[in-house]
Amino acid sequence: MGAASQSPTPKLSDATRAVHRHYQELAQTKKLYSFLTIGILSVILVAALWFANASNSGKFIDRLPYFFDFVLNFLPDDPLEIFRALFDLPSPYADGSLKYDYEEGRHYLFGDLYLPEYFYEMLVTLNIAFVSTLLGGGIAFVLCFFAASNLVGSKAVRFVVRRIMELLRAFPEIVIAGLLAAILSLGPIAAIAAVSIHTIGALGKLFFEVVENADMKPDEGLRAAGASWIERVRFAIVPQVLPNFTSYALLRAEINVRASTIIGAVGGGGIGEVFRLSLSRDHAAKTYAIILLLFVTIVAVDQLSGWLRRKMVGDQAFQFGA
Amino acid sequence: MLTTSNLSAERRAELKEQYAEVFHQNPVKKFRPLAIVGALLAYLVACFFFFNIPQVFSDARWDRAGLYMADWVSWQAQPKFRFRDDGLELQYPRFSPLGAEPDPDWVTASAAGDAYRVDFAANDFIVVQKGLVEITKGGQRFDVAITEDEALLPANATSAFEARNGRVKFSFGFAGNIEIRNTQVRVWRRFWGWENFFFDPGSAYWGMNGFEVITMIAAGPQIEEGKSNLSVAIHDFLYNAEWQHADVFVKLLQTIVMAFVGTLFAGVLAFPLAFIAARNITRSNTANWLMKRLFDFLRSVDMLIWALFFTRSFGPGPIAGIAAIFFTDTGTLGKLYSEALENVDDKQREGVKSLGASPVEVQRFGVVPQVLPLFASQALYFWESNTRSATIIGAVGAGGIGLKLLEAMRTGTDWENVGYMVILILIVVFVFDNISNHLRSKLIGEEAR
Repeated sequence: MGAASQSPTPKLSDATRAVHRHYQELAQTKKLYSFLTIGILSVILVAALWFANASNSGKFIDRLPYFFDFVLNFLPDDPLEIFRALFDLPSPYADGSLKYDYEEGRHYLFGDLYLPEYFYEMLVTLNIAFVSTLLGGGIAFVLCFFAASNLVGSKAVRFVVRRIMELLRAFPEIVIAGLLAAILSLGPIAAIAAVSIHTIGALGKLFFEVVENADMKPDEGLRAAGASWIERVRFAIVPQVLPNFTSYALLRAEINVRASTIIGAVGGGGIGEVFRLSLSRDHAAKTYAIILLLFVTIVAVDQLSGWLRRKMVGDQAFQFGA
Repeated sequence: MLTTSNLSAERRAELKEQYAEVFHQNPVKKFRPLAIVGALLAYLVACFFFFNIPQVFSDARWDRAGLYMADWVSWQAQPKFRFRDDGLELQYPRFSPLGAEPDPDWVTASAAGDAYRVDFAANDFIVVQKGLVEITKGGQRFDVAITEDEALLPANATSAFEARNGRVKFSFGFAGNIEIRNTQVRVWRRFWGWENFFFDPGSAYWGMNGFEVITMIAAGPQIEEGKSNLSVAIHDFLYNAEWQHADVFVKLLQTIVMAFVGTLFAGVLAFPLAFIAARNITRSNTANWLMKRLFDFLRSVDMLIWALFFTRSFGPGPIAGIAAIFFTDTGTLGKLYSEALENVDDKQREGVKSLGASPVEVQRFGVVPQVLPLFASQALYFWESNTRSATIIGAVGAGGIGLKLLEAMRTGTDWENVGYMVILILIVVFVFDNISNHLRSKLIGEEAR
């Protein structure tokens, strides 16, 4: 197909015509690639969907009516029930069954003052998240300087530290939690360990990239004054990178709140576990109470951390992949 | 070391005056870092007691820790010797990894058949006979006599012995341990490696080395009527009873599919929605606001909640996982996409508009080319991270390798299967990491990583 023949202006010079033809050819190639990409993606997608549907325990189309039934029937007796469940107040529908025993899980602090069950469980989950962020972040802080090419000359050290971080990041969290749960019995410690280990890997990577981008002039100054390696790190690098580190750690804390909820659901304790139980027992009011609590907490943590990060490093903290 | 001792007094004073803000800091500002560190430490200490860590650690079953770790990379054979009226009987459990009629070379019978010797290491072995077990460890010999009711601790017993309820236990360390009762002697003999990883004892290929297997496939006699030796080999490998390769691969594929389909759908849906949410593209505050709150809602109702919710309604399996990832990531990607759209360069849109293009064409040629690589890169990033998340939401019932991992861990004995699956997951994550990084750096340049 002659691209030139399509050209509406026959007055083009030879050179321009060549440029035009090349442009057309490039456009053709690009179009071809786009179609190929979309075609391959579609084929993979159809195969994947077929596979997912075939290996699901209920077929998508068959299950769809049940899905709507479930959504429509899974409602509390009245909207106030959600708040009674949330604050452990007695229910007018109480019939002695587990479904309405809201007062059951109260944690009495002193006298009649109590912490409702779900608030306590949420507190457990939040503490798991914050403790693991602190522990993981602390270890990542120490490790990251050994992975930065501008601080450590030895390629071997950097290689080993970076691979360790990658391994910790990719290692499935449930395995760590499951192994520790088998030794320490089910509970928050296993969750802390699992989330911390992942945090070391994830934060370590972000941290050392920050360190590598640090301005090396203060370091040169200190080196000229005869400072040791630790002094150079402490006085030249740390003051520069600390705001970014804190920002990343806060971002990680947000993610860890979600992670520790999930780990809780597979046996780490906390809100995730009570949520899984109440959903599987069809306790609608309790389930919605937990969803509400989780939603509010996650939004609050996100907002708080976002505010702190903006204060610390400005809008840069919100750029993707920064 | 940094040192300031070679400064003269007046130079020191001069410096102090010149950099007053360094030497005379506001005390509040000066002690703030220290206070923050102190507060964080105090918080950790408080949590130490909140989680009752001393109690948990004292209740922990540390003996299991070593056993479980060893199980990752080793296996045990468990013969036992029963004392019968007419002598000694050697038994192996059903489905022993040693096959149906085991005859390992570390168990030898005496010529008369009234005693067995089990070797643990060069100088470590036991000899079992009726009424007496002779244990030899590093050349030292212990005799455990067995009466009608109990096994008796030898006079020269060391700390490797343990006696309880009339039973005597002895440990050879990693190589194994034994338990002596009045009716039987049980032996746990441990070996490095993953036993029967390729073929289980039910297979014709069991016990062959790699070379023998290849010869068998290429030139051996036909094993099964109407089937080639290769297809028998593949079938026996995939349906290995202990390792369940076929099931593991299917579950792993489910996890990969969950992440892929979930992220792809999320990206495809988030793409048009982001145009509605972007302030500079849809000039309606209500539409912007509604769309952004929708994204926030999808994102903040956690992936776990979506996963459990869909598992409950769709039945366990990858569809629930896909739906969970799809819902969460539509929120996340929608938010990121709309932010990217709000930062586009307006000049290109104006240029296209000035040529008289329709509103759709303005978006298509003025906006999409600017943001598409970024969008694709962000979707890839989430695809990669969802491969990891899919493992864990699988464990709450959304299917895939996560559930299989959890099941294997619950048994408490299949740690080698856990190790195998972990290695497969790590390989998948590393491969996808690299694919995604490679594609992303092609899409938006090196700095995107």
